[in-house]
Amino acid sequence: MTKGPALLLPVLYLALFFAYLFGPLAIMAITAFNSAGFPRVSPWECLTFGWFGKLAQDTRLLEGIGNSLIIGVGVVLIAVPIGLAAALTLSQVGPRLRASLYTVFIAPILVPGVVIGLSTLIFWDRLGAMIGADYDTLFYDGIFLTIAGQVTFIAAYSMLVFLSRISRFDPTLTEAALDMGATPTQAFVKVLLPFMAPAIASAAVLAFLASMENYNTTVFTVVAESTFTTVLASKVRYGLDPSISAVAVIIVAFTLIAATVFEMGKRRQTRAASGLLALDRPVLRLIAHPLFVAGLMAALVGGVVWTGANHDSSVCEMQVLDDKRAVQERLEQERRERIEALTPAPSAPSAPTQSAPGGAFAPGSLAPGGSAPSPAPSPAPAPAPSAPGGAFVPGALAPGGAFAPGGLAPSGSVDN
Amino acid sequence: MTKDITLDYVSVQFGDYVAVDGAHLTIQGGEFFSFLGPSGCGKTTLLRCISGFQEPTAGQIRIGGKDMRGIGPNKRPTALIFQNLALFPLMSVADNIAFPLEVRGVDRKTRRRRADELLELIALSGQGDKRISELSGGQKQRVAIARALAVEPDILLLDEPLSALDLKLRQHMRRELRAIQKQVGLTFIYITHDQGEALTMSDRVAVMSRGRIEQVGDARAVYDQPRTAFVASFVGENNALTGRVLGRENGLSTLDLGLPAPVRVATASGPGAKLAPGAECMAFVRPEALRPCAPDAPNAFPATVIREEFEGAQRHLVLETPGPGPAAGPAAGPAAPRELRMTLVNDDRDAAFGPGAAISVGFAPDMACALPPGELASA
Ligand SMILES: Nc1ncnc2c1ncn2[C@@H]1O[C@H](COP(=O)(O)OP(=O)(O)O)[C@@H](O)[C@H]1O
Ligand SMILES: [Mg+2]
Repeated sequence: MTKGPALLLPVLYLALFFAYLFGPLAIMAITAFNSAGFPRVSPWECLTFGWFGKLAQDTRLLEGIGNSLIIGVGVVLIAVPIGLAAALTLSQVGPRLRASLYTVFIAPILVPGVVIGLSTLIFWDRLGAMIGADYDTLFYDGIFLTIAGQVTFIAAYSMLVFLSRISRFDPTLTEAALDMGATPTQAFVKVLLPFMAPAIASAAVLAFLASMENYNTTVFTVVAESTFTTVLASKVRYGLDPSISAVAVIIVAFTLIAATVFEMGKRRQTRAASGLLALDRPVLRLIAHPLFVAGLMAALVGGVVWTGANHDSSVCEMQVLDDKRAVQERLEQERRERIEALTPAPSAPSAPTQSAPGGAFAPGSLAPGGSAPSPAPSPAPAPAPSAPGGAFVPGALAPGGAFAPGGLAPSGSVDN
Repeated sequence: MTKDITLDYVSVQFGDYVAVDGAHLTIQGGEFFSFLGPSGCGKTTLLRCISGFQEPTAGQIRIGGKDMRGIGPNKRPTALIFQNLALFPLMSVADNIAFPLEVRGVDRKTRRRRADELLELIALSGQGDKRISELSGGQKQRVAIARALAVEPDILLLDEPLSALDLKLRQHMRRELRAIQKQVGLTFIYITHDQGEALTMSDRVAVMSRGRIEQVGDARAVYDQPRTAFVASFVGENNALTGRVLGRENGLSTLDLGLPAPVRVATASGPGAKLAPGAECMAFVRPEALRPCAPDAPNAFPATVIREEFEGAQRHLVLETPGPGPAAGPAAGPAAPRELRMTLVNDDRDAAFGPGAAISVGFAPDMACALPPGELASA
C-alpha cells in the first residue's frame, strides 16, 4: 500500500520530464503528416507525405541548404586547424601567458553573435572599399563572409574540444619520439595527431553543426545569399506550413540514425579494446556491427520514403474539402436565413458579429484546399516577383506575399 | 662503438634554483654507470642534458670527444628510457619497437625483421601484435628497452626504469638489465634513488645530493670508503656519532664521541686523514660492524637494548647509548640518549639477549670511518 505512491511520484516526474523534453518534437513531427495547411495536430485531416514532396520542390530552401553545406564544410576546414593550433599553443606556453592567451582565444564565444556578424560585414566592406574592390569580389560574397564570421567563434569551440583532449596527452611521448630520432614534424604526425584524432572528429562534427544552425551571425553576413536558417526564419515570419515540420522530421531522423550508428561503433570499440567481442556468437556480432545497423536504418528510411511516395492522400483531402465546403455553405445558408428573419428589426452590427467566427475560420480551413482546384476566394496575390535585389528582401519571396493570411500563404504552391 | 662521455663542470639552473651544480666526470664506453641520489637531487635533469632535452646553463658535454651543444635529441647517439617508459599507446608492440626505424625511412620488411630480433632478445617473441595495454609491467619495461635498442645508440640512458615495478620483479629485472647490457655491450647510464639497484648493477656509481656529485667510485668504494657524511648516511645503513678529534697517530684517530671512553677509528686515507686534532667530526659505524664484546675490549662502550627486529637470516637490535645524537648541537646535552642499530647474524649464540638487556658493544677501528661533519641523508 505504501509502495504505490512512493513509486508513482518518480514515474510521474519522469513522464513530465520527458513530455517537456520531447513533447514539442513529437507534436511537430506529427504535424508533418497532417494535410492541414497550418502545422497542427487537431483537427486531424488526412495522413499525407505531401509536405515532404513540397519540401523537395522548394528551390529556395534547397538553395539555402546547399549554401549551408558549403559554409559548413568551409568552416570545418578552417576552424578545426585554427582550433588545434590554438590548443597546441596553449599547451606549450607558460602558465601566465597561457591565462591571457586563453582569454583572447575564448573571447569570440563571449561576444554576441550579432556583434560578430555586424563587425565581420563592416570589416570586410571597409577593407574592400579601401582597395577598391568590386561588389562581385570576395569582400561582398555572402558565403565567404559567413565562413569568415562563423570561423571566429567556432574555432574557439573546437579549441575547447582539443584542450580537454590535449590535457590528457603525455608530453614525454613527443620527447620519446624525438629521442628515437624523429623530426619534430614526424613526432607531431605519428604521435600527437593520432592521439588527437577522436577530438578532431568530434570538433569537426561540432563545428559543422554549429555552422549549420547558426543564425545570429549569419543573418548579417549572408548579404544577398541565403542559408538554411535564414530561409527557415523567413518562412516562419511570412507564412508557416507543415513543410517546416517535415524539415524537422528529417533532421531528427538523421540525428537519431547518426547517433545510434555512432554509439554502436563506440561500444564495439570499447568491447574490442577489453577483448569482450562476442567472437563465439557470430549472429550477435553481425547484428551489433555499426555497418549492419546503418544498413538497417537506411532500409527503414527507404521503406518509409517508398511508402510515402506511393501514398495517395488526394481522395481523403478531396473529401475533407467537400466537407468543409458543405459546412461553409450551411453556415452561409444559416446566415442568410437569419438576416431574412431579422430584417424587420435592423440590428446590423449583430449580424457581422455573428458571422465573424464563421468567416474567420473559413479562409483557414480553405487553405489546404489548394491541393485541389483552388476555390474561388484564393486567387493568390500576384505571384511574388523575384526579389528586387535588396539585402533583406528574402522574406518577400515567401509564396503568397508578405500580407497573405497565414493559412493562405502556401496554397499557391501546394498544387502538385 | 664505445664512446666516452665527459661532463665538464655541467650546471643547470632554473631561475635561481641550481638543479645541477658543476658535475664533472667521465664515463667510459661500455660501462654500466649509475647516478644515485634522493628524489629531487637533479638526476633526471642531468640525464636530460646528456640526451639533449636540456641545455646546460654552464659547462660542456662531450660524447666521443664531440661537443654536444646545439645538437638535438634526435641527432645524438643516445636513447633514453623514460621514467614512465613513454611507450606509444596507439601502436602495437612491434610498431613501438620499430618506430626508430620507421622515422629513419627503413622499409616495412626490414623493420618487421628487426623488431622480431629485438623481441627475441627481450624474450617476447611472437607478441609483436599485442597492444601495449595488454602487457604486464615487466613486459612494458622490456619493450621500452627494445625500442631504445632499435635506435642502435652508443649510450642507453635509463631514468629509474624499475621504480614502477614490484619488489620481486624489480630484482628480476636488475639481473636482466645487467645481462642485456653485457650482451649488447653498450654504455648504460642508469639513474636511481634505490642504492640496492645502483650497487648491484653498476660498474661505477656517482652519488648525488642537491645537484652536486658527492662521490664517484665502484660499489665497494662508495660503501666502504664514503668521502662525505651524506654518502656515508645515504648508501646503506649507518650509525652516525658526532664528536671531536683528540689526536692522530699511525693512521688511527682518537675521537671523543661522548661515550664513556674515547674510541679509535682508522683514518689512513680519505678526508678523515685531514682531520686535525681538535676538529669537529662525525664517525660512522655500520650496524653490521657493531658487535657485542667484553666491557674492557678496545672501542667498547655500554648500551641498552631497546628493541629487536627479527628478520630471519639476521636480526636488528636498536640500542640506546648516552651521548650527542647525529643532529648534535648545544641543546642536545651530553647525556641525551641516542639510538644505534646493530645487525647480528641469526646464529650468534653469544648474543642471546633481548630488550632491556644491558650489554657492551664495540667495533674494529678499520670498520668505521671519521669524516668532517656534513649534511646527512634524511631517513
Ligand atoms: N623544467 C624545470 N623547471 C624548474 N625546475 C625544475 C625543472 N625540472 C626540474 N626542476 C627542479 O629541479 C630539481 C631536480 O629535479 P630532477 O632532476 O627531476 O630530480 P630527480 O630526477 O633527481 O628526482 C627539482 O627540485 C625540480 O623541481
Ligand atoms: Mg627523476
